[in-house]
Amino acid sequence: MRAPDGPLIVKGDVILAVENVSLAFGGVKALTDVTFDIQKGEIRAIIGPNGAGKTSMLNCINGFYHPSEGAILFKGERRPKMRPSAAARGGIARTFQNVALFKGMTTLDNIMAGRSLKMHRGLFWQALRAGPAMREEIAHRRVVEEIIDFLEIQAIRKVPVGKLPYGLQKRVELGRALAMEPEILLLDEPMAGMNLEEKEDMCRFILDVNSEFGTTVALIEHDMGVVMDLSDRVVVLEYGRKIADGTPAEVKRDERVIAAYLGQPHA
Amino acid sequence: MLQADAQEKVAGSLHDPAADTLPKLLVRNAALRPARPAFRHKHLGIWQSWTWAEVADEVRALAAGLAARGVGRGVKIAIVGQNRPRLYWAMAASQWLGAVPVPVYAESVADEMAYVLDHAEVTHAVVEDQEQVDKLLSVGERLGRITALLYDEPRGLRAYDDPRLESLAQVAAAGRDRLGRNPEAAAALDEALAAGRGSDLSVILYTSGTTGRPKGVMLTFDNVIRAGEIGCAFDKLDETDEIIAYLPIAWVGDHIFSYAQAIIAGLCVSCPESPDTVVEDRREIGPTYIFAPPRVFENILTLTTVRMEDASALKRRLYRYFLDHARRVGEPILNGERVGLLDRVVYALGDALVYAPLRSRFGLSRVKVGYTAGEAIGPEIFRFYRSIGINLKQLYGQTEASVYVTMQPDGEIRADTVGRPAPQVEIRLDPSGEVLYRSPGVFAGYYKDDAKTAETKTADGFVRSGDAGFLDTTGHLKIIDRAKDVGRLSDGSLFPPKYVENKLKFYPNIKEAVAFGDGRDCVACFVNIDLVAVGSWAERSNVTYGSYQELAADPRVAAIIREHVDEVNRSLAAEPRMGGAQIRRFLILHKELDADDGELTRTQKVRRGFIAERYAPLIAALFDGSREADIRTEVTFEDGRKGVIAARLAVHDMEPHPVAAAPELEIAA
Repeated sequence: MRAPDGPLIVKGDVILAVENVSLAFGGVKALTDVTFDIQKGEIRAIIGPNGAGKTSMLNCINGFYHPSEGAILFKGERRPKMRPSAAARGGIARTFQNVALFKGMTTLDNIMAGRSLKMHRGLFWQALRAGPAMREEIAHRRVVEEIIDFLEIQAIRKVPVGKLPYGLQKRVELGRALAMEPEILLLDEPMAGMNLEEKEDMCRFILDVNSEFGTTVALIEHDMGVVMDLSDRVVVLEYGRKIADGTPAEVKRDERVIAAYLGQPHA
Repeated sequence: MLQADAQEKVAGSLHDPAADTLPKLLVRNAALRPARPAFRHKHLGIWQSWTWAEVADEVRALAAGLAARGVGRGVKIAIVGQNRPRLYWAMAASQWLGAVPVPVYAESVADEMAYVLDHAEVTHAVVEDQEQVDKLLSVGERLGRITALLYDEPRGLRAYDDPRLESLAQVAAAGRDRLGRNPEAAAALDEALAAGRGSDLSVILYTSGTTGRPKGVMLTFDNVIRAGEIGCAFDKLDETDEIIAYLPIAWVGDHIFSYAQAIIAGLCVSCPESPDTVVEDRREIGPTYIFAPPRVFENILTLTTVRMEDASALKRRLYRYFLDHARRVGEPILNGERVGLLDRVVYALGDALVYAPLRSRFGLSRVKVGYTAGEAIGPEIFRFYRSIGINLKQLYGQTEASVYVTMQPDGEIRADTVGRPAPQVEIRLDPSGEVLYRSPGVFAGYYKDDAKTAETKTADGFVRSGDAGFLDTTGHLKIIDRAKDVGRLSDGSLFPPKYVENKLKFYPNIKEAVAFGDGRDCVACFVNIDLVAVGSWAERSNVTYGSYQELAADPRVAAIIREHVDEVNRSLAAEPRMGGAQIRRFLILHKELDADDGELTRTQKVRRGFIAERYAPLIAALFDGSREADIRTEVTFEDGRKGVIAARLAVHDMEPHPVAAAPELEIAA
């Protein structure tokens, strides 16, 4: 139940549909005929053993790879071949498995970089730091400050991210993705390499992003406890194929999933 | 003219009989200095401020809203969270209505919090954010009395459907609306304010208690205001002063310094952006009045020492040279004593190159007076701050005294005493050495614990402090240790554990130490290494480690600690009465002592008895001569879940130093 003043989300509308997507690199098939959808406002997990094609899937969704077959429908429209920047402009933001921040820049500047797609004043005004560009920068800075407050990273606002511990870098990366005010947030292993406390914090942030801003979240994660706690629905990949799809409880009971994770029982 | 008169009255004799409660003083401030800044809070990277007129208006609206939700005389209202203006305002709004705020340590785990809230019979709770709401909801059944759960920060709480939840902003808005529409409500509010008396209970502060469950110390407005005035008059605080509020709001120090004295003197309180940004925020605000337990000063110094190790060779040499110089002449200069011209010139140069930048770095450039209290501060640390020109003083206080027991007047500041009795405070010493005091700040009693109250308060109004000490020849009080902690070794030599521990803790590499020896044949101790300081050493010396436990077990770390222990022994040996307390064996603990595990109090004091019980196998190993000891400890995570850490620790032996000869007379006797 949401309070009446909360963001109005009609859960259940399909925001992104993956239809019969296959992806091949030469002879290697990374994805084979994968079909699933992501509904508006949900937290959708993509899980699977190593090499199952999870990151490839994410790369297809944000336009980094182009499916060899099949289609990806965003808000009901079949998406043409597009570049990641176009996907970003369309409202899809992501974080990476290996943190991809500007290491020499501060937390603030990194998150500010996430706003660059939304800045409209030309280089001329920006270089002058005057007039409309200044006003625009102030407005964007406010959004960025709200994200910094949201992620509780005030103390590292002016620290170059290269100096930060890994867990905090992950948080900054989430901040940069949030700065785009995305409709869909793709998170590639947001908890990898974190200790328990950092994981708990990250879980809380993901849930808060979802409930406060109504952002749809698709995430890849290895920590099963996290996946089961966080997600509304889970899709399971193995060797590039979908083997299960459903609520965490359903997926946990699925025999093919158990086999994929634990191996086949010996007869 | 009227205003000038009023001002003179305030300046002349701080005590104003008409304003006998804090809310009345708040309203007076709004009339007296409406445009002066009262509160600041850094939000979204920018300092927001509120004037006294605005604060009074906010508090009034909040009081009206709270009244509509059943808050009235005698109601207990919990205040849980970090230092945020709205939480202080909620405190004032409750007091306006005659309700009693019960501030609770925000980091308390759910169980501790439930105990306090249940014991205080709290019916309303004002909390900071979702984390605290979750904590309270998680102990749901135990807090059946709670009828309203009000929060400051709405984030993450939209989806909650508990009917008791409401945001403070909504409560204030509803209150403001009600005041606007309903003149009767406004009149009732004015009446509630006027009905408050100085003898009313103003707050219940639960002491963290180094032993047993926390006790609720009841303070009246008279206690809080008259004690607050002692400090304001002593250090001539006024509306131009600034303080930064960052210590737990449930601690008497914060309650008196950043709440009561702020309202009494009209000084400005700044709340940091987050607990992690205090250092930066302090630098931006530049407080003129500071109050901190020794740990804060230790941490600043440790960080500086660590940073200097990484600085360029030139900077390191400058730092060392001028700090050595400051150590010799800094304090005499600050005390206004006679110092040679050359020394003064060198000191002035050092001030320009080193001391002033350090003070600025610490955010202490504008400090008029700073206090350290709560525990004994290492003399070297204390002298360090004074030598670079910061007027740091010691103060001895207790929750039961509304802080003030003894203070150090200007010019009589020494590292090894806590000063003279504060104005209006009387001190008496028990034959056993226990310190007793009587003052206007002395508490009304422990909430729902008459037996404890009778045990602590004497018939003639003195309070047993529980601390052992003595007055030296100059009339200064020296505190040795908790009265019940001062022990003796089996050979009869004196063993004041804290005295030994504080000597160890002076070393930046040692974060915490716990010494044992009462009734034993020698002194042995546990050591906690400081992860920042030792971690930085490890980085510089290419020592790799994966965790605190691993670093603590490194033999090279043990060698460093051994040197420190040896130094401490040498200094103990130099004092005839303390020579017997030299540390003969020690071990480095595999985990940091933590308040979440009950090993430290919420104000970070060591809970000796609990530690002795929890680590009984280690203590056995310290005294039975074994080389190694195994230990398994349960640890509690912040959400209350438990885990287990197991380790095998090495026990280290120390050679004692020959004890300095005692004065002849004593030998003869």
